[in-house]
Amino acid sequence: MNAGNDIAIDVKGLTKSFGGREVVHDLSMQVKRGSIYGFLGPNGSGKTTTIRILCGLLTPDSGEGTCLGYDILKDAEKIKRQVGYMTQRFSLYQDLSVRENLEFVARLYGLADARGAARDMIRRLGLSGREEQLAGELSGGWKQRLALGACTLPNPQLLLLDEPTAGVDPKARRDFWNEIHALAADGLTVLVSTHYMDEAERCHEIAYIAYGHLLAHGTVDEVIAKSALTTYTVTGELNGLAAELAGKPGIDMVAPFGTSLHVSGRDVAALEASIAPWRERSGLHWQTSHPSLEDVFIELMNRSTDNFQ
Amino acid sequence: MSSIRTIGPAPEIRDRFGFWRRTYAMMAKEFIQLRRDRVSFAMIVAIPVMQLLLFGYAINTTPHHLPSAVLLQEDSDLARSVLKALENTAYFRFVYEVHDVDEFDNLLKSGKVLFGVEIPRGFERAVRRGDRPALLIAADATDPVAASSALGSLGMVVQTALQHDLYIGDPPAMPFEIRAHARYNPAAESRLNIVPGLVGTILTMTMLIFTALSVTREIERGTMESLLSMPIKPVEVMLGKIVPYILVGFIQAFLIVNIGVFLFGVPVLGNLFLLAALSTLFIAANLAIGYTFSTIAQNQLQAIQMSFMFFLPSILLSGFMFPFAGMPAWAQYVGECLPLTHYLRIVRAIMLKGASMPNLRFDAAALAILMLVAMTIAVTRFRRTLD
Repeated sequence: MNAGNDIAIDVKGLTKSFGGREVVHDLSMQVKRGSIYGFLGPNGSGKTTTIRILCGLLTPDSGEGTCLGYDILKDAEKIKRQVGYMTQRFSLYQDLSVRENLEFVARLYGLADARGAARDMIRRLGLSGREEQLAGELSGGWKQRLALGACTLPNPQLLLLDEPTAGVDPKARRDFWNEIHALAADGLTVLVSTHYMDEAERCHEIAYIAYGHLLAHGTVDEVIAKSALTTYTVTGELNGLAAELAGKPGIDMVAPFGTSLHVSGRDVAALEASIAPWRERSGLHWQTSHPSLEDVFIELMNRSTDNFQ
Repeated sequence: MSSIRTIGPAPEIRDRFGFWRRTYAMMAKEFIQLRRDRVSFAMIVAIPVMQLLLFGYAINTTPHHLPSAVLLQEDSDLARSVLKALENTAYFRFVYEVHDVDEFDNLLKSGKVLFGVEIPRGFERAVRRGDRPALLIAADATDPVAASSALGSLGMVVQTALQHDLYIGDPPAMPFEIRAHARYNPAAESRLNIVPGLVGTILTMTMLIFTALSVTREIERGTMESLLSMPIKPVEVMLGKIVPYILVGFIQAFLIVNIGVFLFGVPVLGNLFLLAALSTLFIAANLAIGYTFSTIAQNQLQAIQMSFMFFLPSILLSGFMFPFAGMPAWAQYVGECLPLTHYLRIVRAIMLKGASMPNLRFDAAALAILMLVAMTIAVTRFRRTLD
């Protein structure tokens, strides 16, 4: 396979339905080896389903592709040996200790020295002295760290992380991302789904998926540029302004950001025509700005709601 | 995007009948949930229907047509008349005719027959001479209920037999006597029957529940997803979940047998190692069935309900509560599919009759087959994916 060396995930036309509802629609994507690929999208957009298809937990209705050079339809068992999957919900055994959980994983993957591997991982995780604590008793941040440790223990080539930082405090999130970057620097490919924009910006590449459709992908800058969105930032006396602007022609999105308001649209002329009456209002300060990734995503999400629901 | 908070008058709140309103809301919710829970709904119908049918049709505490053997050492008209008379009581059904004492004993030991009638050599001549010979009826009294009514009918048999015979006259006393010998449990003590039976019943109940929850628990706790993403095969999951409980079951069996022996004075006449080996097989068979339920059930409650649905016929149709031989053929076929039926024969035979492996071949093989069938279903049913 010619792409086998630098492409970790290469899938085409993945489709999956549950009970007649299409959750993933004709999804194609490529992830380079050693990169951190962010998977973004609203709840229920098909992120988890896609990840499960990639690691062989779900069979797609149609579509094909390879994961680490193995066929996702035929070689699920081989893929499982090379992939570490961190589920959205904490899925280690709550009633086993930290050490017992890690040893269990090490044995399932057939590591020659399961005890040694577990001991080593406990030290690397910074859990020394707490190895006999039950996994269920750890705090959210430590649970997530332990889960990451468990799925990197068998030395996989690809990590699939499904909203790994949901419900984790900012400090632990930052540490977690530093960890992921360190792993990627070692050549590991990481596919991570998230809701957080700051996390998306820490990815090498991102893909935005909504209602099963992959709507945008590329680097952060590429995605913003491709959106062709014009954004004005308004500060000042904003009382009721959002409600007044919403729905006017050319205004695709109005979103409050703290003390300011972002007003965005794809059609510059229409947008400027619509905001003209307010631009002269005293107490308001208008300024053109670059749309943030969040503006782009929310706009994509709003648009996809119209298209697919 | 519309807002959740719509502008308008606040909804009116009624405080009157608050108790009834809230109770009604709760009731309506419970009904909806009950209707969506198919298995619970099925239980509502299935349990009473099953109980009624089993008690009404399958269970018979005064069983008739019990399988019997005859040890025929003399083939005379009188002997034939006696056998005919025994069959006419409707309690006996002769399925084996043997000519050898060992064969006769083995039939009783293995539980293939409940009664053995021995017609001694020179029986007819002795009767004609007026020697009042004895006709031996050996009964398997491990289940006193099954044997008692048949034994009670023997009084009339002599008279009936003679009516049909050429032997006319007016015998001053009985020309021969029937000597009934209640084997294995001469005092007809029901605890001798029940205690070994309890070994099987308790094991069935506990073993089923242990493994019935094993897979559904992993699914409910969310650990199944990561387990499936790791390189482990369905057979490995199954064996890994069954084997530890074999030890648990073994400890339980050891406890019950000891209590039976030391507290209730139940003997263990047979080989303890054979009992241990076949008990292990039985424990494994139940664990395999429980595990199979676990792969079919959607959640832990369903798994428990399925175990219960299996446990009920096990108690009623295995011969634990009511004599197996007294059940109609269809119920016996169902009974043969239950591990408890075979284990009860095994445990009673070893403890009370001192039976050995050759007597128990059939039941041991049946247990092994049931276990393998359950395991095959479990492995094929086990979902490798979350589809």
